[in-house]
Amino acid sequence: AEMAARLSENRLVSLPLSRIRVIMKSSPEVSSINQDALFLTAKATELFVQYLASYSYKHGRGKEKNALTYTDLSHTAEECETFQFLADILPKKILASKYLKMLEKEKRDGEVGGDDEEEEEEDEAE
Amino acid sequence: MAERPEDLNLPNAVITRIIKEALPDGVNISKEARSAISRAASVFVLYATSCANNFAMKGKRKTLNAGDVLSAMEEMEFQRFMVPLKESLEVYRREQKGKKEARKDKDKKADSEEQDKSREEDNDDDDERMEEEEPNDEEEVDN
Repeated sequence: AEMAARLSENRLVSLPLSRIRVIMKSSPEVSSINQDALFLTAKATELFVQYLASYSYKHGRGKEKNALTYTDLSHTAEECETFQFLADILPKKILASKYLKMLEKEKRDGEVGGDDEEEEEEDEAE
Repeated sequence: MAERPEDLNLPNAVITRIIKEALPDGVNISKEARSAISRAASVFVLYATSCANNFAMKGKRKTLNAGDVLSAMEEMEFQRFMVPLKESLEVYRREQKGKKEARKDKDKKADSEEQDKSREEDNDDDDERMEEEEPNDEEEVDN
């Protein structure tokens, strides 16, 4: 059990508890945090980082180039329910040129009265 | 209460190390991806805290405790974290207990020798001290 509990460099937790505490206390409704709760939050955050990274890598296209990319992460936020709370801070990216085309198309559709053409799929800027 | 933006961020070096541990050797992590994960981690802390706080309020308590955090994880659908979290907590509690006892012995010795000298040494562990002195009234003790 002890082996499983340890992560990097054999430490029980790597993220600084003091910093985790600052973030937790920035929540207005929180008055005090017991020591164990602070530790667990830090530990859970480490597990979360690992899960987000490994899940995104596994399900993304970045691995075709042996990389974890921003796009992999934003796909995860959009497609996986567990990570949906991150959707706002990990928005999909779109090429400026594509976006302008989309705007033009929407304008044209408005004038003609709408087609049944499918909307262009969003592309990501790398 | 205004925090400076960097205070709500987690240290880059640590985040990077944790990410690397989760991925196969040699995988590149773009700066953008690393930065995004760091932000996600901060958001996770906020979400978890808010969720845990709801459980504390349900129990009419003002102090977040271990049980609240564990309940929050379940609520957020991170059941996969439960076992490793509980195991880590056990180890952590043992370590804290050991530290407390070590301090007691140290203080006992100091009392019988020179009191002032040992007080000075104790001030080095500022962070640890700060954490130990937090109210532990809600602490659950599993025996």
